[in-house]
Amino acid sequence: MKAFAALVAREVRVAWTGGGLWLPVIFYLAVATLFPFVTGPDKALLARTGGGILWIAALLATLLPIERLILPDRQAGILDQLAMRGWSDELVATAKIIGQIFAFALPLLLATVVGSALIGLPEAQLGTLLLGLALALPALSGLSVTIAALTAGLSGASALGGLLLVPITIPLLIFGAGTLSENPGNAMQLLAATALAITALSPFAAGAALRAGRT
Amino acid sequence: MRRRVMHRFANPARFLRIAKPLTPWLLWLGIALTLGACLWGVFFTPTERLMGDTVKIIFVHVPAAWLGMGGWTGIAIASIVQLVWRHPLAGVSARAIAVPGATFAAICLITGSIWGRPTWGTWWVWDGRLTSMLVLFFLYLGYIALSNASSEKGDTSRVAAVFGIIGAVNIPIINRSVIWWESQHQKASITLGGSSIDQAYLVPLFVSVAGFSLLFGALVLMRMRTALAEMRIEARMRRMADY
Repeated sequence: MKAFAALVAREVRVAWTGGGLWLPVIFYLAVATLFPFVTGPDKALLARTGGGILWIAALLATLLPIERLILPDRQAGILDQLAMRGWSDELVATAKIIGQIFAFALPLLLATVVGSALIGLPEAQLGTLLLGLALALPALSGLSVTIAALTAGLSGASALGGLLLVPITIPLLIFGAGTLSENPGNAMQLLAATALAITALSPFAAGAALRAGRT
Repeated sequence: MRRRVMHRFANPARFLRIAKPLTPWLLWLGIALTLGACLWGVFFTPTERLMGDTVKIIFVHVPAAWLGMGGWTGIAIASIVQLVWRHPLAGVSARAIAVPGATFAAICLITGSIWGRPTWGTWWVWDGRLTSMLVLFFLYLGYIALSNASSEKGDTSRVAAVFGIIGAVNIPIINRSVIWWESQHQKASITLGGSSIDQAYLVPLFVSVAGFSLLFGALVLMRMRTALAEMRIEARMRRMADY
């Protein structure tokens, strides 16, 4: 348990020192600021579409850490060392996913407060948006670790990662955007169910991918 | 016993001895049935009361949808067999299914769109069935890109197999989508309990599904044989390089 916590802490530390903590957050806010340039600074329009814009920005930001999640550890032999010590790949994947929740999901949630102010989201929607993202971000963290394990070391890994990640995240996006409608209750339940299922399954998928990628 | 049957075909030479004569049979029978069913469907079935002649696109649309979904189911099963039993042909077959499967998923989307224009008044609606089918098409593209990037010539990487299993989550979603979401696409007309389609359409539809499926099988066998041939060339080149 202590070793597990150390591994999670290491994930956060690596993200912090490698700039992986700030880059997705800044990217997220940068994408959110791009949309007003396209739609024009019409307050009513931004208020109506702003929540959806932040959802898309969050999905895109998920792609950024993919390249640094698995590959450096595999090249340095850290993954093999852990396997030698009897760590199962699923456990390593779980540590990485929890690390991602601390190093990626929480900063993004904080940035959402800033982002919603930038876009001029109605205050009533901010709570719904934060709750929806808080449900979805652990699932997105799990998916990013899984996709990172699948594409580690391949040529064109980042573009490939995008191609693999986007279709899988569509259900989260659909229900997430649904929570911003007039009647968010149903969509929130479906979002919670989908996100929970993905979060729970992702350590196994990522573990299998880690094993399959070991040549 | 089951294990013996499965591993019997683990020997590529034995597989090829059966696949080679089987391919032309599947191919020509498939072409004949497909053409026959489509001609029968277009010229010798009555015109539908509400949709007119546009309904006849069903003879391409339904088989394409069935093969698009069946294709990924096949990829998922082959991927499990590859990961669990290390069956040497499983990966080859999964990868051979991917391109025909993606093609049929695309045909399903295109014919559905053409059918939707006169009957629904629009090329595309964002309902559960259409969206999940589009996701399937993107998953196929992702699988093809991943297996091309990660595999040796002819062979299939185990990473691609893991993605093949992950993507299978979408298949039951497509199947249930018309029930879960109140949607534009109609509910299932043909179920285990029976069919709400008239006999005049049902018989040529089944012939068409059978024909397209045989064609699909022929394509997969051809692609598998190509992959096996590539692997042999690769192995021979390597041996020659050693001398």
